[in-house]
Amino acid sequence: MGDLNQAMIEKYRTSFLKEVEANVEEGEWVKMCMQCGVCSGSCPLGKFWNHPPQEIFMMIRAGKREEVLTSDAMWMCTSCYNCVVRCPREVPITHIMHGLAHYAKRLGLTPKNQPTAEFAQRFWNNLLKKGRVNELKLGVSLYFMNGIGPGVKTAIKMAPVGIGMQRTQRMSAMELFGGHAIKDLKGFHAIMQKAQELEALRIAQYSVAPRPTA
Amino acid sequence: MAEQKKLAGYLCTGCGIGERLDVQQLTTIAVREGKLASCKTHPMLCSAEGVKLIRDDIDAGQVTHMMIAGCSRRAKIEAFNFPTVAISRANLREGVIWLRPNTDANRETTQEMANDYIRMAAAEIKFMSVPKSSGQQELNKRILVVGGGVTGMTAALETARAGYPVHLVAEEAQLGGVWNNLYKRVPFRAAAIDVVRNNDADLPRPEDPGIADLTAQINAESLITVHLNARIARTSGAPGRFTADIAIESGSTVTENFGAIIQATDYKPYDASQLPEFGYGKRPDVVTNFELEKLAKEANGAPIKRPSDGKEVSSVAFIQCAGQRSEQPGHLPYCSGFCCTESIKQALYFREQNGADATILFTDMRTPGAAGEDFYRCGQQSMVTFTKGKASAVVQNGAGLKVKFKDLILDEDTELDCDLVVLATGQIPHNGPDPYAQLAVEEAESEEEKAAARLKLENAPPSILNLDYRQGTDLPHLRHGFVDSHFICFPYETRRTGIYAAGPVRRPMDMKQAMEDAVGAAMKAIQAAENAARGAAAHPRVGDLSYPSFRKEGCTQCKRCTVECPFGAINEDEQKYPVFNESRCRRCGTCMGACPVRVISFENYSIDTVGQQIKNVEIPDEFSEKPRILALACENDAYPALDMAAQAARTGNGIELTPFARVIPVRCLGSVSLSWITDALNSGFDGIVLMGCRRDDDYQCHFVRGSAMAAERLSKVGDTLQQLKLETERVAVYEVAITDIHRAPQLINDMATTIEKIGMSPFKF
Ligand code: SF4
Ligand code: SF4
Ligand code: SF4
Repeated sequence: MGDLNQAMIEKYRTSFLKEVEANVEEGEWVKMCMQCGVCSGSCPLGKFWNHPPQEIFMMIRAGKREEVLTSDAMWMCTSCYNCVVRCPREVPITHIMHGLAHYAKRLGLTPKNQPTAEFAQRFWNNLLKKGRVNELKLGVSLYFMNGIGPGVKTAIKMAPVGIGMQRTQRMSAMELFGGHAIKDLKGFHAIMQKAQELEALRIAQYSVAPRPTA
Repeated sequence: MAEQKKLAGYLCTGCGIGERLDVQQLTTIAVREGKLASCKTHPMLCSAEGVKLIRDDIDAGQVTHMMIAGCSRRAKIEAFNFPTVAISRANLREGVIWLRPNTDANRETTQEMANDYIRMAAAEIKFMSVPKSSGQQELNKRILVVGGGVTGMTAALETARAGYPVHLVAEEAQLGGVWNNLYKRVPFRAAAIDVVRNNDADLPRPEDPGIADLTAQINAESLITVHLNARIARTSGAPGRFTADIAIESGSTVTENFGAIIQATDYKPYDASQLPEFGYGKRPDVVTNFELEKLAKEANGAPIKRPSDGKEVSSVAFIQCAGQRSEQPGHLPYCSGFCCTESIKQALYFREQNGADATILFTDMRTPGAAGEDFYRCGQQSMVTFTKGKASAVVQNGAGLKVKFKDLILDEDTELDCDLVVLATGQIPHNGPDPYAQLAVEEAESEEEKAAARLKLENAPPSILNLDYRQGTDLPHLRHGFVDSHFICFPYETRRTGIYAAGPVRRPMDMKQAMEDAVGAAMKAIQAAENAARGAAAHPRVGDLSYPSFRKEGCTQCKRCTVECPFGAINEDEQKYPVFNESRCRRCGTCMGACPVRVISFENYSIDTVGQQIKNVEIPDEFSEKPRILALACENDAYPALDMAAQAARTGNGIELTPFARVIPVRCLGSVSLSWITDALNSGFDGIVLMGCRRDDDYQCHFVRGSAMAAERLSKVGDTLQQLKLETERVAVYEVAITDIHRAPQLINDMATTIEKIGMSPFKF
């Protein structure tokens, strides 16, 4: 992964904006931002980020590659779409946020212990196994994400909820052992395999030749 | 004279006047006190039947001077249009009943108000006569256009196409002027309405400047005569009969007569050598936006090369607002309004022809004009980098350059390497010297102001029009050397009647706006020539035939009128008597107000027409608790504001007016004679309110300086009051805008409160 990062640095030496255009979902929109700041002002989480969307776009144009890609800003986006609805330039900000996060992850630049990234990974791994989300396992694994101590504490706190759910047959403790799968698990895995191949192809294609720009 | 006048009154009882007022009393006053031969009433005087009543009397030769009592003089102008008779109007509807509450307690004072307006209108009419055209000149359809740039070319074409012959005078050897340098122009159109807002939408791009096409059109137009390498050596006369000497460089001079003149001399590029921080003049690769056009023209579609070593430019930085919007000495304090779109256009040259990185450093991106925002988007779409940042210096960096700037979004000092730096510099109006520059030195209030005024006088540019007017050779300036033309309300009007300004001489603008301006000025010039032929006024009293005349026997040659006329309309003869120029005159009456011996008058507006109204107001005695307040209101803004206040009050949305007020409209506060003030005070008025238009640099005075002249004159009223041993609060001068519909009546009411406090005037007979 680190190699890919190095390769990209070499390739787009002069323009991080071009790199974003070529590799990030909806990245072609970054140049259209007119820096009005409406998105930053609209974002319910904006004030908790180190770089709200407007600033991220300016940083991309100013070539601040490292700072943008290792930032945890785009990981904070909750997909509320407030900014997209309000942006006078109709920039698909939310998609770019996820695009940036995805690209940073591909390059191995995600900040360590970034909770959103961590959650997404656990969700994905969990889902991939049986073709469905095993809520009990996912929940428990999240409790213990930050170590045994906090995990036990949370588990005890949540126990009454779990017992209640068990009683009303919303959850089965048996799921902890293996858990049940979807009908055609093999087919599902084949689908996912194929999808990943296609995605890899798509990425490779962009990385080789960036899209021509006007 | 008096025996020839046949006086009659017509009183309308419609619109509630009949119900609210004692009509019998009003007609009796008109006849007994007002000495009108008759006073007929009609339930709806503006109806066809009512108008016929009046018309029949006129046709039968029974009336030459009439009072119409009913609505405001600003209402029903079409119905009461009898050009052969003199007319005064008593404003009983807006002026009285609409502004007064309909209650028994108020009946008496409201009736007294109406009675006075009848007395006033009846007195006024005796001193009016029907204005007649002087017949000073014939129709001269020829229009002179000074300036061979796109503005002048467009003005010439538009004028000729309307059927008026044009002489187009250009300083240069070819048409196009400053615009000739352009490689391409900012697009004239926005994106089509159905173009999606996408990042690859079809957006407007730079266009061919179209100068060659415009030149061809001019050459094909038989009504246009072009003088190249030519200047105006002398201009004399007035609208309808201007004479201009057109001097050609080769030495010959042509003299032609014109009905009106358009000055379209465009702009001169800013001198960037005043920007040492950006290395201009020292580093050849720092150029201005004007110079870049030449480089682009040379490249003609191929990659643009940097001047120092001919290397193809691979990165370029634009510095917006270079030497602009800054109070630093040598900088332009204003925004030139064309340079943002200009830089976008030029950045696109580099994207298209060089494939270069182009960065625009701006603090505010402003994209006025037709293509506006779409053109900005076009720049973004083509990967021009827009960086909100303030450049502080340009330094050498090997063979290239380095721009130091503060990034205003990321809030950090940073820098940018590039091959070429383009300074977005501004437009300087290409204008003659300000005729009032000398006066500004004399009248400066502080040493600082004096020094600034002196500097301006010393650096005055050569004359363009060479007018032989008493007040100077060229069009007066407002600020920063731009022609004084009202930005919003009357853009092409200058302070010289019949001479119109178009394009960047009156405010900075791009080509498209300059062309639109030219069309407007052409229409105004045609109108001025036509009006002059009829002896009628130009803006704002369009069509007015009245015109100032003076009693030579009384004149003391004091020159107040020639100095104060905002339009320089008055010349002097050899004996220093004023010479009025009917067609240069705007009929504001400032000269009349200025004249200390009161010898200037108009047929229908004079010291007497107002003075007699003041004298005929009935003044109750000191113990009546009924003070009288005189309000002189400018007919352009303050009087309409009061009319609108009346409309608002009638529908319950306004405030009422004190019944003690007597309002008289004046043409301009500048026309107010101090004698009216003294007369009013002497005859027992308790307070006087004067309402004119805003008079500073952002003036709203329709006669530009009239309101300011009045303020100056009225500043001496305090002395008069002290001589009479009266409180200075009894006279108040206000600036009132047409939108002040609550404030205008309130100001008069405030005077009533003041009088309650300080007591009645002791001068009641
Ligand atoms: S609202 Fe849109 S145009 Fe404005 S700063 Fe955000 S992304 Fe840019
Ligand atoms: S979608 Fe994301 S970036 Fe946009 S306002 Fe919501 S949280 Fe903020
Ligand atoms: S002061 Fe006004 S009325 Fe008098 S000559 Fe000048 S423009 Fe005409």
